[in-house]
Amino acid sequence: MRRIYLDHAATTPTQPEVVKAMLPYFTNAFGNPSSIHSYGQEAKGAIEEARDKVAALIGAPSEEIVFTSGGTEADNFALKGVAFANEGKGNHIITTSIEHHAVIETCKFLERRGFRVTYLPVDAYGLVAPDDVRKAITDKTILISVMHASNEVGTIEPITEIGKIAGEASVYFHTDAVQTVGHIPVNVDDLGVDLLSLSAHKLYGPKGVGVLYIRKGTWLVPFMHGGDQERRRRAGTDNVPAIVGFGKAAELAQKDLSKEAERLTSLRDELIKGLLERIDHIHLNGHPTIRLPNNVNVSVDFVEGESMLLNLDLEGICASTGSACSSSSLEPSHVLLALGLSPEQAHGSLRFTLGRENTEEGIECVLEVLPRVVAKLRAMSPLLKSHR
Amino acid sequence: MRDVWSLYSEKVMEHFKNPRNVGEIENPDGVGHVGNPVCGDIMELYIKVKDSTIVDAKFKTFGCGAAIATSSMVTEMVKGKSIDEALEISNRALAEALDGLPPIKMHCSVLAEEALKSAVEDYLRKSKHVLSEAKEKKGSNKSE
Ligand code: FES
Repeated sequence: MRRIYLDHAATTPTQPEVVKAMLPYFTNAFGNPSSIHSYGQEAKGAIEEARDKVAALIGAPSEEIVFTSGGTEADNFALKGVAFANEGKGNHIITTSIEHHAVIETCKFLERRGFRVTYLPVDAYGLVAPDDVRKAITDKTILISVMHASNEVGTIEPITEIGKIAGEASVYFHTDAVQTVGHIPVNVDDLGVDLLSLSAHKLYGPKGVGVLYIRKGTWLVPFMHGGDQERRRRAGTDNVPAIVGFGKAAELAQKDLSKEAERLTSLRDELIKGLLERIDHIHLNGHPTIRLPNNVNVSVDFVEGESMLLNLDLEGICASTGSACSSSSLEPSHVLLALGLSPEQAHGSLRFTLGRENTEEGIECVLEVLPRVVAKLRAMSPLLKSHR
Repeated sequence: MRDVWSLYSEKVMEHFKNPRNVGEIENPDGVGHVGNPVCGDIMELYIKVKDSTIVDAKFKTFGCGAAIATSSMVTEMVKGKSIDEALEISNRALAEALDGLPPIKMHCSVLAEEALKSAVEDYLRKSKHVLSEAKEKKGSNKSE
């Protein structure tokens, strides 16, 4: 059966060129970059080259790039690192109610350790108001963390404006840019961030590698203690093949970033328009235009998300949902609830995230299949009747 | 590697793909309407009873794959059963009949069991009512 993958916010396929670039570092060039001999230096050279490429993608100096095991580690590193290094200055952190679990759960952990966290609300589109950030700052505030774009609803946050506010108040500013780097232009100076998290497997690189960008002068405690790797900020033998893969993926992403963003935006809008036209009682979640080029998130009334996903999967379409039924906690997506959706609407949410392999044909397929799936499930929905 | 990876057993998927007895029964003898406190889903079960035997059952469900499959299964299992037998159908029996459910989905089968119980209780309540109404009628007939 032909399969259409529309879950690129979850992960992306590693590009063949990336895999090809990685392979020698498993076998012939297997050295440990910390070794003095030629094997070691060969590997060291490779990770430095990768570092340059990732740095170039976000407009940062190479020395400010620290490789991690992924986006989650980068988020943990940024938050715990700054919190524990700056305890003497204050104990207040500002973030939002729609962050990824890697940020929210880390904040909750810090709260248990005596820190105070403000979770800012968002509007119906998922946008944070910069003014709310300004008002939340106190003389105890040591860190602001606001994601660049929502992995769920795709809304892009006003990071540049918040960056200015953070800069004026001399408060460290972190952004989780896992969903944006490689998809829309990202420049750490334009954004005014001190810390920025990214992940390779969201931009057609391998899993198990990420980066925390750390602006020079940012005070934070190391995440791993041990050897001298990553200028003593993150100990542990470098994952050379994955880092090389990340470098290659960054290079490829930069090459056709704007062309691909444009192509995906037009597919995205076609999908949104088609869904709104062909299905009644359906709503777009997130901002209609200030959103990631590849994100479509809708709520379909009277039907449950997991049963929609299963039906789509039976027809080869792979998507995702914020429904309580499909989460391991059996709670609806905290992001959708923060946008003001009712638990029922969150229940009926569907997310399609597009990527390189997707074409017009895939979009047409969804537009043909989903209305059928919805009709089938609505026929067995007890909610529809009470609505009528 | 397996050819097909799936969250659910083949049996669950079969019932999910082709759910039996979807819909409502006109003038049902019992209706069960329950909500799932765990994830907020809803199930409605309709039964038709003749001489203390369930002769027909239909359902409407808003919920996940497991909820739809167990709804379908409960309507199949309950047909032809006496009221007493029906009350003995447990969520475990439903899950077993579907070749098992993932642990996190067991609560969906509880929903099906509860929908059935509540439909039967509704039937018993109504029939008692009918019975006493009939008695009353008899009584008033006598006095005439
Ligand atoms: S009905 Fe919600 S998890 Fe099954």
